[in-house]
Amino acid sequence: MYDAPLTRREAAVDDVKISARDVQVFYGDNHAIKDVDVDIQDKTVTAFIGPSGCGKSTFLRCLNRMNDTIDICRVEGRITIDGDDIYDKRVDPVQLRAKVGMVFQKPNPFPKSIYDNVAYGPKIHGMAKNKAELDEIVERALRRGAIWDEVKDRLHAPGTGLSGGQQQRLCIARAVATEPEVLLMDEPCSALDPIATAQVEELIDELRQTYSVVIVTHSMQQAARVSQKTAFFHLGHLVEFGETGQIFTNPEDKRTESYITGRIG
Amino acid sequence: MPVFWLSLLIVAVAAVGFVLARGRALAAVDGDRRHLHSLPNYYGWNAALKVLTPAFALLFVWLIVQPIWMNTQIAGALPDTAVSEDSTLALVMSDVRRVADGLDLAVAQGIISETNAAAIEAGATDVRGVLAQAGVALGSDVDPTVLAAAQSYRSLSGVGDAAMTVAVLLLALAGMGWALRQTTAEFRARNVVEQGVRAMLLFAASIAILTTVGIVFSLIFNTVEFFRIYPASDFFGSLTWSPSFGGGSELGIWPLLWGTLYISLIALLVAVPIGLFAAIYLSEYAGSKVRAFAKPTLELLAGIPTIVYGLFALLTVGPLLLSAFGRDGLNWMQAGTAVMTAGLVMGIMLIPFVSSLSDDIINAVPQAMRDGSYGLGATQSETIRQVVIPAALPGIVGAILLAASRAIGETMIVVLGAGAAARLSLNPFEAMTTVTAKIVSQLTGDADFASPEALVAFALGMTLFIITLGLNVLALSIVRKYREQYE
Repeated sequence: MYDAPLTRREAAVDDVKISARDVQVFYGDNHAIKDVDVDIQDKTVTAFIGPSGCGKSTFLRCLNRMNDTIDICRVEGRITIDGDDIYDKRVDPVQLRAKVGMVFQKPNPFPKSIYDNVAYGPKIHGMAKNKAELDEIVERALRRGAIWDEVKDRLHAPGTGLSGGQQQRLCIARAVATEPEVLLMDEPCSALDPIATAQVEELIDELRQTYSVVIVTHSMQQAARVSQKTAFFHLGHLVEFGETGQIFTNPEDKRTESYITGRIG
Repeated sequence: MPVFWLSLLIVAVAAVGFVLARGRALAAVDGDRRHLHSLPNYYGWNAALKVLTPAFALLFVWLIVQPIWMNTQIAGALPDTAVSEDSTLALVMSDVRRVADGLDLAVAQGIISETNAAAIEAGATDVRGVLAQAGVALGSDVDPTVLAAAQSYRSLSGVGDAAMTVAVLLLALAGMGWALRQTTAEFRARNVVEQGVRAMLLFAASIAILTTVGIVFSLIFNTVEFFRIYPASDFFGSLTWSPSFGGGSELGIWPLLWGTLYISLIALLVAVPIGLFAAIYLSEYAGSKVRAFAKPTLELLAGIPTIVYGLFALLTVGPLLLSAFGRDGLNWMQAGTAVMTAGLVMGIMLIPFVSSLSDDIINAVPQAMRDGSYGLGATQSETIRQVVIPAALPGIVGAILLAASRAIGETMIVVLGAGAAARLSLNPFEAMTTVTAKIVSQLTGDADFASPEALVAFALGMTLFIITLGLNVLALSIVRKYREQYE
């Protein structure tokens, strides 16, 4: 992925996984997201970029209804996953979040063992019939999180004792363990050093085989490295959305060009 | 000169020093404060500190040393015959001091003149009558030797006081002179004042620590004294507590310790679940308005004096329990005062401790933990049970241990709610008593202070101290460990 020229990189598949139409988000009186329309494809990495406070994280949190946990937050518009409206009254946000996994800016392993961190989701959702199955799920998730080899001998050591990069991969493994269909990542590398960042980026590229990945990032290089599609947010608007190569080499909007060349942001 | 006036005089000297040093500093640079090393006030404070600190230190030491020195002087001068068989030197000396103080009072009230007070003789004047007029009642007529000693005591203390006044004032003036000599444009007054402030803070901190040490030592000495006259094996081995001031009492700690632990256990069984659930509700579910109202209200419980809880136990909870478990009900209970009564009320008292501390600790669990759990599709109660509480557990344990040591040390609720009978029993509806309640009853009243029945209070206090100290140390170490996890 690193050597292909940006312009020639293409999304693997074309089916739309998540579709947002006319989305508005309010924090109290503050209109944080304005008229956002976007289609996120399956088995693709979509990057949200934009200056701080542009609403990219807020929009990301709409996709698994994490904003429901904030009292003053109100979401309008229509967001569908596989054609089903996730803000429908019949949808249980708790079930939705099992389907749409999330990785946060700061690694946040629970103060439990590595094993229990990964087994947490499967246990809650009753995914394993017995201990052996659970073991299997945990191992599979840790392998997918590209951390199995580092932790297989100390599964019962506390997750908080790992290094920052390992913790973040543990959190990715934890999110993967509930077998989500979409993986949301909110600046997953901003607290990591360059080496750990490279490992996590490599992992994101592998996860694309199975999931639709949406990543919010402040680093344009990172967006260019890992994503196939890029959306540029500015002041609550989705300014431009398209092929990553297109956005970075030949943006249509003036504001996108200014941001990418470092004039705003 | 009386100490109060002397102190005021020292403060006045310090104020003068402040003004002089400040003026001198400004004069040294022709009024342009930019050429001074420190702000002018620092030079003033430097002078004030140099007056106050040594002068008050000397005054303090002098006030301690002078009576000791005078005691040895007068006691040495007393003839052997003055100390009769049925008294001791200490008793005679206290007589001497009383007579001397009485003479001081009599002179101050103008009943006799100063020269008379120094010259009167026991045979010639009714000293007892004179002193009674001044408001000092004596048990018997004044012995001539005692009167003579009192008179020399008075003259000695007059000399001592005069010397003290002069010495302290001289030192204060010397301090001021020293500070004024130091005051030049280059003198680093702010650094010196900084040192002074530091010393003051250290002094305050060490007073708190030294007091604690003092309390511990007084406990230890009296406990040692108790074990000298009462065998430790009986104290720790006997299962009976029956003090009788006529002698031959059995002073086994177990019935008291059992009562303490039993009542504390019931209190914790009440306080921990209720307090913890209240804390979880407040920190996780309650809206900001409910929280703003409920938390202070709950903490109000902690401000109620424990004697009020005791009355609540005696007048409300006891009769209520009696109507349910007493003769009219299950017939397990004989009277309103019982372990259950005290335990329930003490539990109510402890709720705010547990809930307030736990609430703070639960709030300290990072939001990222909750987000992580919600992001995996966990519900709020799953998140609380499996992520938040385990993360907060060390802190919660600390809170519970603090509540426990509070329960163990509680007295008033026990006195009013649990009765006074020391017994070993498993029935929570029987009256029992605790270590603290017995300490009170052993030390109040007319007991001879040297008897084991009175001194046992110190051994009990020491035991209690060690238990609660252990619990507090445990609680603090757990809480500290918890803090390191997130910072």
